[in-house]
Amino acid sequence: MEEEKELFSKGHRACAGCGEPIAVRTILNEAGPNTVAIVCTGCLEVVSTGWPETAWEVPLIHAAFENSASVASGVEVALRKLGKKDTNVIAFGGDGGTFDIGFQALSGMLERGHNVKYVCLDNEAYMNTGIQRCSSTPYGASTTTSPAGKCSIGEDRPKKPLAAICASHDIPYTATATIAYPEDLKKKVRTAIDTKGPCFIHVLVPCPTGWRFSSEKTVELAKLAVETGVFVLWELKGSNFNNINITKKLRGRKPVTEYLKTQGRFRHLFRPEIKQDVIDKIQRDIDEKCKRFGVDL
Amino acid sequence: MAKITIRGNMATALGAKLCRPDVVPAYPITPSTLFPEKISEYIADGEMDAEMIRVESEHSAMSACIGASACGARVCTASASQGIALMSEMMFIAAGMRLPIVMAVGNRALSAPINIWCDHQDTISQRDTGWLQFYAEKNQEGVDLMIIAFKVCEDKRVLLPATVGIDAFVLTHTIEAVDVPDQKLVDEFLPKYKPELYLDPSKPMTFGSFGTPEFYQEFKYAQTKAIEKASEVIDEVFAEFKEKFGREYKKITPYKCEDADVIILTMGSMSGTARAAVNKMREEGKKVGCCKLTVYRPFPGKEIVDLTKNARVIAVLDRDISPGFGGALYGEVAAQFINESKHPLITNYIIGLGGRDVLIEDFEEIYDKSIDAVKKGRVEKPVEWIHLNKEVL
Amino acid sequence: MKKQGGSKMVKITLGAINEVAGSSKNYKTGNWRTLKPVIDKEKCKKCWICYKFCPEGCIKKTDDGPVIDYDYCKGCGICANECPFKAIQMVMEER
Repeated sequence: MEEEKELFSKGHRACAGCGEPIAVRTILNEAGPNTVAIVCTGCLEVVSTGWPETAWEVPLIHAAFENSASVASGVEVALRKLGKKDTNVIAFGGDGGTFDIGFQALSGMLERGHNVKYVCLDNEAYMNTGIQRCSSTPYGASTTTSPAGKCSIGEDRPKKPLAAICASHDIPYTATATIAYPEDLKKKVRTAIDTKGPCFIHVLVPCPTGWRFSSEKTVELAKLAVETGVFVLWELKGSNFNNINITKKLRGRKPVTEYLKTQGRFRHLFRPEIKQDVIDKIQRDIDEKCKRFGVDL
Repeated sequence: MAKITIRGNMATALGAKLCRPDVVPAYPITPSTLFPEKISEYIADGEMDAEMIRVESEHSAMSACIGASACGARVCTASASQGIALMSEMMFIAAGMRLPIVMAVGNRALSAPINIWCDHQDTISQRDTGWLQFYAEKNQEGVDLMIIAFKVCEDKRVLLPATVGIDAFVLTHTIEAVDVPDQKLVDEFLPKYKPELYLDPSKPMTFGSFGTPEFYQEFKYAQTKAIEKASEVIDEVFAEFKEKFGREYKKITPYKCEDADVIILTMGSMSGTARAAVNKMREEGKKVGCCKLTVYRPFPGKEIVDLTKNARVIAVLDRDISPGFGGALYGEVAAQFINESKHPLITNYIIGLGGRDVLIEDFEEIYDKSIDAVKKGRVEKPVEWIHLNKEVL
Repeated sequence: MKKQGGSKMVKITLGAINEVAGSSKNYKTGNWRTLKPVIDKEKCKKCWICYKFCPEGCIKKTDDGPVIDYDYCKGCGICANECPFKAIQMVMEER
């Protein structure tokens, strides 16, 4: 059997069971070696580029925290100018570096129409600095800067709908994906690479350390996020949401409590007593979203 | 060689055009806006084979410069003031990653209060970034220093980025006559950029590693050694430029300093005014000279000492202020002399901030104050502000 | 100066540019684990789900079935948890 070359090498320092390397392996192995990757400061960068080791088997540049998209813009234009227009340019960013501090650079890159494929690896908080709240943190989750307490239910703001915002830039392709459905993720990466122009893929990556669950459940939780409607898998060409394609519809959508009770970051919703009003609100919001997207079969 | 009349901004844009950059990411800011405007005009009319990236902020401009330069493209940009401050983080990174990016800076004051006029605070405040820094006295230097900067920066012994400063409005928007270097000669002087390390799938490598305490200090040491080596490379390139184009540049250019009691040290456009003031004072019998600093980083400490050590007093003019200390240039000049067994008195004058005009009578005041210190044998007030409007204070 | 993890003291390069792609392999993360996955070849149907989901990429596809590189396996247990045929068991590491 021909050995498949891994483009994201073993020996990296990610936590056992980390979702990010699963996503990066899947994405890079689909994109192939004719790729230049850009990564911003975050878990992925820190675990994979510690001098003198690098886990990357494709050319990679890391510059700062908020500028994966603008560094990628420079890379894309330079490669094109130097006659390498067929090389894939994939910009990776964590949710911190994409939803918040990197939002401006991302919007600029999308608006200018660069042929860059931006992949946001979303673990729903600033994990690298120790689990602080981000605009990607879901309602009701406990983080170190939005902790659950006597007067707090944890995060009290809804998750920023970043993929929809990107699609609203009228870019040729936007998609959401997760590591539990690798064929779906690979297909979306392939579509993005084959589509000329800026593309955005939002990938949910559970984090055993930050979400507080046992390391073997990473993929299981990503699947549960989809099965409960917490994370909807879709793709869209352009900005007309009437044309949205839900790539995983649900028959018998599971109740959100099945997802919430598996993670330490939602533990306060169940102990010492059940915060039914918060859980009900989360369920209502999901029901409304699934209705709007047409997720339920 | 054609002779034309152009503004300082156009001069740096013209200098950049002659260097045939591949990628120009740029964002508008007064007073350097005319640079990206001119570059986009050149491209739109087919006079320049470059790609512009109309980025959404200066931070993204420098980020895109870094991405493009890492791929092996020749890159330049322009900014000023708040833009320089905003991209500060990325300037440190560009130097740390050893990328030869050249940036034309329309030297302008920093907020607050907001001010669009001539001041050196923007580039001076970035003197620790590891960038080389050139300062132009006139528009001709704006053209020439862009070409010189690329050649120095891309030298394998250097591989560091550089700023070329042209004073806001005094140079950027003022029309002066300029000799346009011949494109063919520039192509011979500055061949195509061929880095050894760059992003390419055929030879994958990682730029921007995570440097732990075991290694960080050594990386910084190597970077520092490179900028120190640049001092030598700058002299070589200056000599080559003189041979090719007939104009001579020095890191520090003296004027009537040989027998001077007072030597006035300046940077930027006020150096021209300094020479006019020196001429006037010499007619009055005053033994005064001036020195123009063209290269600020790497700091030409040895050259400054050699040129000024026999004066009775050095008057260092700073068009910037490090509040709580004094002028930046003053502190660095003083440090050069501190270990010399004997040295002149050193005085500091804060002048021309936020576009305040620098006049011949200011130099006369500086001479009088400096000679006064010589008579007293000591400097009572090391840092003084010139042309301060006491009525409004 | 002590060694950095598994990597040797190496000479610094220009701008910390790392020309050795995949040099992370110098650091063997295998000593992180407490539990170790063991594959039962009888039950394994070579669906390669374990290979797809391994965060380390240390499960190799061979004609004989999946082979785990224990020099790098961190013992996260995802392979065992995801195997549809329960062909992988997590056992206590013995040293």
